[in-house]
Amino acid sequence: MNTEKKKKLNWTPYCYLIPCMLVFAVFLFYPFFKTIYLSLFLTDKMGQAKIFVGLENYIDLLTSESFRNSLKVTLIFVVIVVVGGMLLGLIAAVLCNKAFPGIRFFSTAYALPMAIASSSAAMIFQIMLHPTVGIVNKLLGLDINWLNDPDTALYCVAILTAWLNSGINFLYFSAGLGNIDETIYERASVDGASGVQQFFSLTLPGLSPIMFYTLVVNIIQAFQSFGQIKILTEGGPDEATNVIVYSIYRDAFFNYRFGSAAAQSVILFIIVMIITLIMFRIEKKGVSY
Amino acid sequence: MSQSNDMALKSQNTISKEELLALKKEMNAKAFTKRRIRTGSRLVFNIIVAFIMLLPLLYAISIAFMPSGELFTTELNLVPKNPTVQNFIDAFTNVPLIRFILNSFIMAGSITIGQIITCALAAFAFSFLEFKGKGILFMVVMATMMVPGEATIISNYLTVGNLGMLDTYPVLIVPYLTSAMGIFLFRQFYMSFPMSLYESAKLDGCSNLKFIVRILIPLTKSAIGAMAVYTFINAWNMYMWPLLVTGSNDMRTVQIGISMLNSVDSQSITMMIAGVVIVIIPSISIFIVGQKQLIRGMFSGAVKG
Repeated sequence: MNTEKKKKLNWTPYCYLIPCMLVFAVFLFYPFFKTIYLSLFLTDKMGQAKIFVGLENYIDLLTSESFRNSLKVTLIFVVIVVVGGMLLGLIAAVLCNKAFPGIRFFSTAYALPMAIASSSAAMIFQIMLHPTVGIVNKLLGLDINWLNDPDTALYCVAILTAWLNSGINFLYFSAGLGNIDETIYERASVDGASGVQQFFSLTLPGLSPIMFYTLVVNIIQAFQSFGQIKILTEGGPDEATNVIVYSIYRDAFFNYRFGSAAAQSVILFIIVMIITLIMFRIEKKGVSY
Repeated sequence: MSQSNDMALKSQNTISKEELLALKKEMNAKAFTKRRIRTGSRLVFNIIVAFIMLLPLLYAISIAFMPSGELFTTELNLVPKNPTVQNFIDAFTNVPLIRFILNSFIMAGSITIGQIITCALAAFAFSFLEFKGKGILFMVVMATMMVPGEATIISNYLTVGNLGMLDTYPVLIVPYLTSAMGIFLFRQFYMSFPMSLYESAKLDGCSNLKFIVRILIPLTKSAIGAMAVYTFINAWNMYMWPLLVTGSNDMRTVQIGISMLNSVDSQSITMMIAGVVIVIIPSISIFIVGQKQLIRGMFSGAVKG
């Protein structure tokens, strides 16, 4: 019976993969290669590849002041978002680590930002940061036009994004803390370790596997932030918040330069991939399990 | 300190039962107050941090109930003096909010159901069936997680534009009908079942589809619940793709529709925030209801990796 089976190829398993593979093929693999293809061309307004220019789109980008600014802005943005978002999540997770009255309310509150859309959050922050009626200026007694000042706009958008991402980070860290063996804390207390010492020598190392995973997810996510920038600053003022994703959007859908936008997409993909690979390299060497 | 106490006691060598009990009681009380202080300070810290974290939401709710005249003062106005629901009524009458909400429900609901079906089918094949190229195909699926959506969004837009699909439901739904993460999550759960479960079902004459519907799905309710909550919320909150592919009010989703309120004059800030509060409610409600499911199904697995 076995030999009979082996003779003819069994097609049934592939049938179960058809639905997902079809979607991946049409909306992921095909557009991925098409983006690379487009990035080598000048296009017309309909996005049809017209003139082959080779790597010219890339060379133009890498020599343009505007794109280098985008890279710099994106880098600063990602660092603030990742560090801020993870820190908020970690603080909340540590605060909810031990049982106390109301823990369920608080853990829901800390996770809540993950359920909020970037666009909705952006509109709330817009009013909070409003120069005359906003709560931030009123509380601080300042008169700063947060979102129109090139010095502050990027930080505002980044902090908003960090807040949005903190919810899911809280869940990751809570799960990580739950996995740390309680008894090591008891032993440490007996040995006279202070709370701070315990945090740095027990909690953080215990979290390192999940910390690594969260870091990778956060970096990838931060690179993709779009809605809040579109709504709050539209890349301005003076290109101060023109992160790569926004620059792609503007090039493609306002300037109709699909070739250049495609080249930026490819560069974005390469950056994300390199960072991910480096992270996995470091993980193999460093993280203690 | 307790040590020196003991020493003292020993040297006296005359300790009655009552004294010992009293000492025990005292120490217990001390430990109790210590614990109470610790719990109390934990609570205080939590209240402070949670207040800061929820401030944007609380502020939004407060503004949504504020008459628009009250907002424009220089004094600190945290809570509305004369709460009103006028802003909510305005939001519903000035933009087709109900249509937007309906569109979002159709989109997010279809995406959620579709993803669960395609992911369950694929995960079933990857965990119970043997076929050529299984390892490579699984690697290919996992590799899709590395491709950021923005790397494909332009080409996708051009594709659906050429197909004349812009501004329809399918264009909002079809590109998101599967996800590598969902396949991975379901596969993790399916792998925990012994192969003999599948084999014995087969021997009893159970077809593959029947096995999925009758056995796998009921056994993996928590994974499906987690997946449903996560997918629905993400689809509900989607911004860039709906922004690109919808052009008419009939097709716009809540996130796009509500951000259109943004461009109107500053007098209607309170109405805009009321609209924001309305569109946040569904995703937050689903999150609160499904939070337990989500954590159990998704994050306990994520840690073990």
